[in-house]
Amino acid sequence: MNIIVCIKQVPGTTQVEIDEKTGVMKRDTGSAKMNPYDLYAIETALRIKEKLIDVQTTAITMGPPQSEAVLREAYMLGIDHGILLTDRKFGGADCLATAYTLSQAILKIGLPDLIICGKQTTDGDTAQVGSELAEFLGLPHIACVLKINSITNQSLEGIMDLGDFTQTVELTFPCLITVDKDICEPRLPSYRKKIATRDRPIQTLTFSDLPDQNPVHYGLDGSATRVMRVFPPVHHKQNQILEGTPDTLASEISKILIKMKVL
Amino acid sequence: MAGIYIHPENISDFEKVKNLCPFGAIEVSPDGTIQINSGCRVCKVCVKNGEPGAFEYREDVISATDKSEWQGIAVLGEFLPSGEYHPVVFELLGKARELADKVGFRVSLVLIGNEIPAVPDRLWSQGADQVFVYDAPLLKFFDARLYADVVEDFALKQKPSVILVGGTPAGRSLAPRIAARLHTGLTADCTELDIQPNSDLDQIRPAFGGNIMAHIRTPYHRPQLATVRYKIFSPVQPDDSRNGEWTYCDLPEGLFASMKHIASNEKQKVQNIEDSDILIVAGRGFKKKEDLILARQLADELGGELACTRPLIEAGWLEPRRQVGLSGRTVKPRLLIACGVSGSVQFAAGMKSSEMILSINNDPHAAINQIANYSFIGDLYQIIPALLNFIKNGREK
Repeated sequence: MNIIVCIKQVPGTTQVEIDEKTGVMKRDTGSAKMNPYDLYAIETALRIKEKLIDVQTTAITMGPPQSEAVLREAYMLGIDHGILLTDRKFGGADCLATAYTLSQAILKIGLPDLIICGKQTTDGDTAQVGSELAEFLGLPHIACVLKINSITNQSLEGIMDLGDFTQTVELTFPCLITVDKDICEPRLPSYRKKIATRDRPIQTLTFSDLPDQNPVHYGLDGSATRVMRVFPPVHHKQNQILEGTPDTLASEISKILIKMKVL
Repeated sequence: MAGIYIHPENISDFEKVKNLCPFGAIEVSPDGTIQINSGCRVCKVCVKNGEPGAFEYREDVISATDKSEWQGIAVLGEFLPSGEYHPVVFELLGKARELADKVGFRVSLVLIGNEIPAVPDRLWSQGADQVFVYDAPLLKFFDARLYADVVEDFALKQKPSVILVGGTPAGRSLAPRIAARLHTGLTADCTELDIQPNSDLDQIRPAFGGNIMAHIRTPYHRPQLATVRYKIFSPVQPDDSRNGEWTYCDLPEGLFASMKHIASNEKQKVQNIEDSDILIVAGRGFKKKEDLILARQLADELGGELACTRPLIEAGWLEPRRQVGLSGRTVKPRLLIACGVSGSVQFAAGMKSSEMILSINNDPHAAINQIANYSFIGDLYQIIPALLNFIKNGREK
């Protein structure tokens, strides 16, 4: 059985801010890390590997060359193979173009039985790429999986989160799932594995390796959305101080609650 | 190729250039060559804030959909397990009505399910002009690929310019499949929507943890898809004079479920304070453990969770998982009401990104007043009961 886990390198901090007066962005240029939700996807794959026999796990990431770091981290956790999907032609890709590029890479390396993605990334926060990838590959999918009840070489039974309720379903392979944080507790990277996988190669795929050789299907050209501009949010922090009788204050509070649709 | 192009001859300060990009996508090599890596989000900040002529944005329109063929605004319906309409549907209808009136479009609602409650009058009065119903036993349970098959059938027949989808777990799972199927753009979790005379949808959403807002369009593709979370928009004032058409649609041929339904179960109420939209935080202003009933009642009335500061945990009044602060849980609810909380630095660090912070405290100089959007100066033992009364009376009305 083959499992592909899609992972992504994200900025170490989400604290990107714009100076309202100068319009200059302030950011912490420092660290990058693996998208935290992807750790749950990797853990899910590893637990399946421990449960069934003859499971091969592959992590794939798309991004600039330095994204290789998250594949090394995946090796330290116990993933068998790593694929880096990188090309200047992929730059500026929105969710649609990203999912399409990933689908092409997966077709190139061979459709696995199961694809596992994190629920969302912490930088884009859209939770769209997993579902779009499933669609481009024509696979059934369930998002925000809370638990895998059972798994065999042919199918899995999982519980998906639908807000106020859950739906338990059986999917036949091949299929795609995106997993939520509740699914399991991720293990820590192992130093022993780090040493053991130090020389393990990472396969790099670029545009020229993909089946679809039309460049307009990738990157910004392949994207349907355009960012018109970015701007700082309007802050409503008034720091208003109100005094009065308990009844007046309570009435003021209820007005705010009504405006917020809490009441 | 569309993208950002660099003109190094117009750049005087190479060090500064690196920091221009909020995503670190501008790479300057030691030999002075500049490259934009695949981290580029095409936000065009470098074009706007860089030296004149240093960065250029080029767009090649390869193929554009004929926008005049795509008219109208569609809302995708969703049902609660009880079979009732999800309230987000009426909020989306309200926004759709507003946008449609600006450009002379009609508003349609697509309903997918089984034994769908027909409440046409309510739908017309809240903004719909047409309702398209796909009702079949096969469609009883949510199945993203199957539902995408149905929406594709609707979209290709009715050709809406815009499709709005509720940002619910099901909507967020389904909308990307529709976008990929129809090969078009989708913007997640929009907080503002507007429409241009040429039918381009202006979509505003928070990016990067809410510290930056992005204005997004889908300029060459139709339909334009957007998801909007529950409680972002408001329904319109019902207008009973409005009317519409209710159409039962045939299922597209060859439809089949992509998964086997085994069970649907109601979830237990959220227990983690991090997951709660509304938090009532009790602080040292509460004199004894029994008095926490006030905060608990308020939490229950508002559908929120009760949380507290560290001293209350140390006193053993509440479980440790309810502690807000650096040494407890970091929370970011939509609404946080701090009751009798002084607002220490460690507490503030764990809650200051909350969207709306209200404080009830008798000390006009408490540190919490610097963090709260609104500080109500007074005795929580009087204000909370008065507030509970207001809520109760409001409900009876």
